[in-house]
Amino acid sequence: MKDDAFKLGNVTFTNRLLTGTGKFAANALIPQMLQACGSQIITVALRRIDTTTQSENILDYIPKNITLLPNTSGARTAEQAVRIARIARAAGCGDFIKIEVITDMKYLMPDNWETLKATEILAKEGFVVLPYMLPDLPLAKRLESAGAAAVMPLGAPIGTNRGLETKSLIEILIENCTVPVVVDAGIGRPSHAAAAMEMGADAVLINTAISTARDPVAMARAFDQAVKAGRAAFLSESGEQSDLARASSPLTGFLD
Amino acid sequence: MSFYRIIEQYRDFDFSQFFEQVTDQAIKRSLARERPDALDFLTLLSPRAAGHLESMARKAHQLTVQYFGRTVQLFIPLYISNHCANQCAYCGFNHANEIIRRKLTVAEIELEAQAIARTGMQHVLFLTGEAQHLTPLQYLEEAAECLKRYFASVAIEIYPLEVEEYRRLHQIGVDGMTLFQETYNQKVYGRVHRAGKKMDYRWRLDAPERAAQGGMRVVNLGPLLGLADPRSEIFLTGLHARYLDNTYLETEIAVSLPRFNEAEGDFQPDYSVDDKTFVQFITALRIFLPRAGLTISTREGAAFRDQILPLGPTRYSAGSSTGVGGYSEKKEEQTPQFAITDNRSVDEVAAAIAARGYQPVYKDWDRSL
Repeated sequence: MKDDAFKLGNVTFTNRLLTGTGKFAANALIPQMLQACGSQIITVALRRIDTTTQSENILDYIPKNITLLPNTSGARTAEQAVRIARIARAAGCGDFIKIEVITDMKYLMPDNWETLKATEILAKEGFVVLPYMLPDLPLAKRLESAGAAAVMPLGAPIGTNRGLETKSLIEILIENCTVPVVVDAGIGRPSHAAAAMEMGADAVLINTAISTARDPVAMARAFDQAVKAGRAAFLSESGEQSDLARASSPLTGFLD
Repeated sequence: MSFYRIIEQYRDFDFSQFFEQVTDQAIKRSLARERPDALDFLTLLSPRAAGHLESMARKAHQLTVQYFGRTVQLFIPLYISNHCANQCAYCGFNHANEIIRRKLTVAEIELEAQAIARTGMQHVLFLTGEAQHLTPLQYLEEAAECLKRYFASVAIEIYPLEVEEYRRLHQIGVDGMTLFQETYNQKVYGRVHRAGKKMDYRWRLDAPERAAQGGMRVVNLGPLLGLADPRSEIFLTGLHARYLDNTYLETEIAVSLPRFNEAEGDFQPDYSVDDKTFVQFITALRIFLPRAGLTISTREGAAFRDQILPLGPTRYSAGSSTGVGGYSEKKEEQTPQFAITDNRSVDEVAAAIAARGYQPVYKDWDRSL
């Protein structure tokens, strides 16, 4: 296979599985999980980072060669998301930021309007902005114009493990976006991740499905393999699918 | 709109008759529903559903892990005043009780904050009795200003406020509000609340809603189990939570289910809830409200708290003192609001949580939010 890297901002990555730090039974599982799946990017909620007290600091469990993707979980407005991004950068978490602006605590749907506003501001400030969004093409194009480094459409509501319920909408993004499309949220099984990659997503972000598995390390490995399999299938351009059996006597045969 | 309108719909509802008619098949059906409705919830609260407790526990466990992971949020209560104008028959702070009354100065609150901060706790819930003239809003604001210098999250459990007052506290950094209705049964409510502003059922009932309108991020409800029929109390608590959840999308709703504990005075509750029924309540609440926080305080014993961890709880208090000045001063001088049965330190609770394969989370909020 040819060199199959992808870029976010100015950074090149060879692994297309992004992971998260939430919901683990113990933070000590995080480095093991990262090693098992080879993920090079991990997202962490700034609200969980605690450098002030004696309780453990989640950042201590993330190896230095991994790119930190702080997220703005808890933000209800663009203004709050911007403030968190700046705090994360000042705290030494780097320039990457995943924008999560959620105003609905019931389904945890991203607020597209606030997300766009935050993206506009932060991209101008030199952040590598990865906005979590509902898969909506006009919005995706606006996020691109605003300087987003990727778009991160949800496959299904966060934490539901339901898979690619928004498949056909994500396909439209994949077809039309110039920035990478990273499917975030809702992917519950390695087979869902493989399907997302097979249809041409540039990467997937998996948190709940790994961290809440009985064996998160083994599950991370399974996701890595699924992402690689899906990517390989996409690159090898599988034969066209058809719902119809191929007729042995073609209807247009008389034209030959 | 107020939750009161929903309560009115159930005023003449015959809970006993409903429970008598519940069949095993109905319980299985309610358990299988992806979006259980109010009557599914009530079905799961029926005495008969106790026979399906293991299935309920499995579903509750699966939902909890799915939405919250294997984590438990830790918080600690801080009593800053026990002055109270109310006469709640069951409470240690009852105005009629002759106990040593005090209100911490801001300097004393700071000493308490320092003592708590040394335990590693980052989420604090500060409490007062209900004596608005002695602990006015300005005092609460000063307390919050002080506490937010020490903690990532500051929440209140105080007398009910107006929307604008909640908004003011939220603006200076209070992000959560806990208030127990004590009982949804209006007759019993009138009987056990003998004096003070707390006699006003509606004023209290609508307070969580006002807190949500005032911008509070987390609103935590609860009945005091023991005052009225526990199954209908949990039912109405669940409906209250769902009503707020549906009406205020920006607010996270959490539920406590405190069981009556001995306080000062000699109140004998009419009802008691045994451990098995309590577990049924937790699992039914989780199934009905998959994303709601479930708070378990140190009213529950250590061994029991450890055992119920996988069944739905998401927030534990730890290292608690329910007396005023309880963290930085000598213990014997304070009168507790209620008796604590899990007396372990923060470290001990955290270690027990970790030993059960769960992560004790000290910080899950940030003042910048």
